[in-house]
Order: sequence, then structure tokens, then C-alpha cells
Amino acid sequence: MYKNEIQGDKDFLRMALELLKNMTLPRTTTIYPMQWRGRVYAIVGLVLLLGAILVVTLAIGSTHISFSTLWHVLLSKIPFVQIEPTWSGSIETIIFDIRLPRLLLAGLVGAALAVAGTTYQGLFRNPLADPYLIGVAQGAALGAVIGFLLPISWQAGSVPLLAFGGAILAVAIVYFIARVGKTLPMTTLILAGVALGAFLAAITSYLMIASGDKLHGIISWLLGTFSLTSWWQVTMVLPYIVVGAIIIWLHARPLNVMQLDEEQAQQLGINVEQVKLILLGAATLITAAAVCFCGIIGFVGIIIPHTVRLVWGPDHRFLLPLATFAGAIFLILADTTARTALAPTEIPVGIITAFLGAPFFLYLLRQKKRAIF
Amino acid sequence: MLNLRLNKVSLGYGKRTVLYDISLEARPGEMLGIIGPNGSGKSTLIRGMTGLLQPISGQIFLDGKDIVNLNRQDLARLMAVVPQNPVLPELFTAFEVVLMGRTPHLGLLRYEGEDDLFIVQKAMEATQTLDLAERRVGELSGGERQRLTIARALAQKPKVILMDEPTANLDINYQIETLNLARHLCHRQELIVVTTLHDLNLAAQYCDRLVMLSNGKVYSHGSPNMVINSRTIKEVYGAEVYVYPHPVNELPATLIISDKEGNKPSRKTS
Repeated sequence: MYKNEIQGDKDFLRMALELLKNMTLPRTTTIYPMQWRGRVYAIVGLVLLLGAILVVTLAIGSTHISFSTLWHVLLSKIPFVQIEPTWSGSIETIIFDIRLPRLLLAGLVGAALAVAGTTYQGLFRNPLADPYLIGVAQGAALGAVIGFLLPISWQAGSVPLLAFGGAILAVAIVYFIARVGKTLPMTTLILAGVALGAFLAAITSYLMIASGDKLHGIISWLLGTFSLTSWWQVTMVLPYIVVGAIIIWLHARPLNVMQLDEEQAQQLGINVEQVKLILLGAATLITAAAVCFCGIIGFVGIIIPHTVRLVWGPDHRFLLPLATFAGAIFLILADTTARTALAPTEIPVGIITAFLGAPFFLYLLRQKKRAIF
Repeated sequence: MLNLRLNKVSLGYGKRTVLYDISLEARPGEMLGIIGPNGSGKSTLIRGMTGLLQPISGQIFLDGKDIVNLNRQDLARLMAVVPQNPVLPELFTAFEVVLMGRTPHLGLLRYEGEDDLFIVQKAMEATQTLDLAERRVGELSGGERQRLTIARALAQKPKVILMDEPTANLDINYQIETLNLARHLCHRQELIVVTTLHDLNLAAQYCDRLVMLSNGKVYSHGSPNMVINSRTIKEVYGAEVYVYPHPVNELPATLIISDKEGNKPSRKTS
């Protein structure tokens, strides 16, 4: 009677495929899987949209590239497809060495910030949480500013390295301050993060005032920008973000259960302290990787999770992947706007995310007049 | 036979000890009620049995094993808890919340299968919450949420159910339904059921055995007729009540006496 082992190992992928094949639904699933199906379609839809946007935005920019040229250039890169080049080599350089890495980095960073924001909001059960809540941003900013102020001969690569290190170090300090015995009270963690953040921000502000002619560079870094992106940055950031996001996705169910309170989650068999540690670690790592090259891009980590939650509901098993792809799409579009709206001048992408994102989010809030978290 | 045994368990928070040297045993087929005044340690005792509050001294054995040595997932497969005022995430649907009861039976990558959905549906039918399935938890009343947590506990398919004031937010119909269900699980399905109750009449009617706590100690322990009488209520709760045998089943029925004029408490006791 007490069947602890459930037969038929239905993992997510198989379930998704079954639903997509439009098979008849299981006998007892009168209520729930109908919603599953919609959200599985939504994930597939966002992935396709992301691909389409990647291709379209490759053609957009200060150098005009027609879609047919783009199409032929892309096709010519497929092995065994022989196309006689009718375009100049510089077009290929623009597409593959300038635009593509920049788009990919924007997508990765958007995905990272959105999935980290979702994770923090879930962990803290707080709609105001964003990836920068517990000191990542302030740590990264201080590290970066120190990097900018280093003598020129030391500067090669030091800004991203110090930003990454600063972010990780800040969260580690917050973590050890907030830890009580074997447990990690979330409220203490937030308060410690806010306090340490203020302390670090004070140092950063002082250094900025004292920075003289380097101030402009520092401010554009702090607002976030993807100019000067090249392939090595993409390859540096990619493993952190992919591995971190996968770890977080795998913990979607525990994160759902932790939306009850910690005690109930434990009573349902979740090792709460372990899950907290894993998720905090993964979210911090991907946020640090996201900010270290392109600066503190605000708003993505808070607007994307809430938008996705408003549209598709709070179940993290769908929320996390949906937010990942939505974040990538959003930041690619924002960066495309940033580099084209006032071309040849670049607007820091952080300004665009807030300028375009905030009104859209306010509109959504007006549309749905129910509780959103 | 599976049993839950407390051996001289003391429980407390920090330096404050709430319960001293509690020894008792819960068995399948015998519903155990914990009664006592506010602050006497009823909820603390339940928390101790869940293993979330480590005993200061003494051991708690489930099926002969010290629960300190069980990992949370194994424990959650055996034991479900119905907390008193649970936080439930408002945006989740009732169905999703009950489905969380399947968590201890699923691995990290395992998706809920047909069997899980079936179990959840049965649990929701048993608690009369199936028609709430698609509603968001934020829209539900206190009583509906309470029944939902009971459904979630049933979905765990446990062998032990610990309930902390399961009837606190329920009106009389659902109080009866809930405790009937608990009795059914206890007697027919051979589950261990331990529940705290503040309503002495419900405790007397539904529990086979009662533990009355007073100031952190077991004041009396036994059948309802042994535990509940006007003398013990006066001593433990400090309240003047009239206890008499229930006209239908002879179990102790507690009547309150107001101190209105002409209503002087009588000394007559059962």
C-alpha cells in the first residue's frame, strides 16, 4: 500500500516530449498538466524567439548588412556548403568577430542576471531581492574601480579579474558574518549584505571622487556596457554561467518547496541548509561572472523574473528556464538599442534596461491587478 | 510493529527548557492526543517529534531508530507534519501545494508521474479540497489552507502523522470531518497519529489516549475518562468546568460555567 517507489521514471525531458507529441494525457491529470503543456510550449517558444532575435540583431548596426548577405554568410559557414563569396571580408569580420560575440555576451549576461534574480527572490521569499542584494554589485564595483586606478602597466585584464574577485569576496564575507552555528538565517544575510554593501559603496564613491580623469570610464563601467566585447570574454564567462544555471535549474523543486517556510520544507525532506548554500553559491558565481566584463547592469534581475512570474506562474521548474531565456532576449534587445539608438554614440546598456524595462513592467503591473508574488 | 517512542526527552529553546523528561509511546491504531493549557509545551513536543528541535536530553525513536540519525528525506517518507499556522506561497495553486507532499518520494530529477498525481487527487478528495485545486492559495480561507496542509500530509503517504491543532481554524463540520479522517487513518490504515488539541471535547471524543501537559511535565496520561475530569481541569487549566459523561458514549464532556448571577459553580463532578 505504501508505494514509495514510483514506477515509470518520468524525467522532465520525457514529459515535455510527450506533451509536445500531443499524446493523450494520463487519466488523473484533469487539472494540472494542461498548464504544464502551456508552459512547456512557452519554453520552446522563447528558445526559438531567442534564436530568431540573435540572427536578426546580427544584421542591425552602424554598418548596414542586408539579410540576404547575412543569410549567405551564415550558410557559407556550414561545412560542405559551397557559396561563392560576394561580400567583402570586413563584413565577415563585423558579423563574426564584432557583433556575434557581443550579442552572445549580452545574452549570457541577461540569462545569468535573470536566473540569479529568480533564485534570490525564491531563496529570500522576497520580491525585492535582486542579484545584487547581498553585496555582489558593491564588491564588483569596488574591485573594478581599484582596477581602473591601477598604473597602466598593471591594467591588462585587471578590471574584470578584480571585479569578479571583489564580488565573490563580498558575498563570502556576508555569508560568514550571517552564519549562526550550522544555520544561515536569511534575514541576517540580507541585513549583513546591505550593511557591507553600504560600506563598500562608500569606499568606491571616495575612490571615484579621487579618480580624476578616469571617472568617465568608471561611470560607464558601473552603468554597464558591452562595447569592446570579443570572443575571449564570451569563452571566459560561458562555463560559469552555463554550469551555474544548470545547478540552479536542477534545484527548482527544492526551491518550490522552500516557498513554504524552512520548517515545512525540512518536514518535506528538503535539506534546507544544503540547498541554500548550493543556490547562493551558484547564483553568486554566475552574477559575478556576468558583471565582471560588462559592469553592473541593473533591473534585469528584478524585472524579468517578475514578468515571467506574472505571465506563467510561480513554479520554479518553469520559472527558472523561462526567466533564463527571457533574460537573454531582453538584454540582447536592450544592447542592440544601446548601440544603435544614438549611433555612433553608445548608450550604457544599464540606462536602456531601466528606461525601456521599467515602463513595460509598470504596464504589466497595471494589467494584472492581483498579487504578484 | 512501528512505534514512536520518547525516552526521557527534554526540549527547549536556547537556555530555556520547555519540557522535562517526557516519556511516552505512540502506536498505530491508537490515536494519541496531547492536551494542556497555552504555553504548556504542546507544540514544542510536536516539534521535538519531527526531529527539527534537537532534544536537550533523551532520545526519540521511530521504529527503534533514533530520529537524530535519520536523514530528512527518509524521515519525511515516514512522517508527515501538519503545522499550526503554515506559511503557504500565495501564487501557487492548491494543487501545486498538495503536490509538494510528494517531494520526499522524488529525486532531484524525477518529475511527478501519474501515480503521484493520483495520490494527490485522492488526498484532496479525502480532505474535500479537490474543488479548490486550481485556486491560488492566496485566495483561500484559513480553514481551507488548513485542510490543504492535511491533504499535503496525506500525499506524503506517511506512516506517522503529527498534527498541531489541526482543527484550530475549522468550523464544526470540518472539525468533525478532519478528526474522523485522522481516526480512520489511525484505525483502518494503521497509521500513528499524534495530535495536539485545545478543545477538550474534541480530544475526549476522538483520541484513544490523552497526555495532559502541565508546566512542561506530563500531568496525567491515559484514557480520556482518566485524564479529563473537573479536578484535573481545575488544577491544570485553573478553570471551573462541569464534566459529565457524554449521553451517547459516556466519554467525558466538558461544559463551561459562566459566572453570571445564579450560576454559581457547583462542586458536582463526574
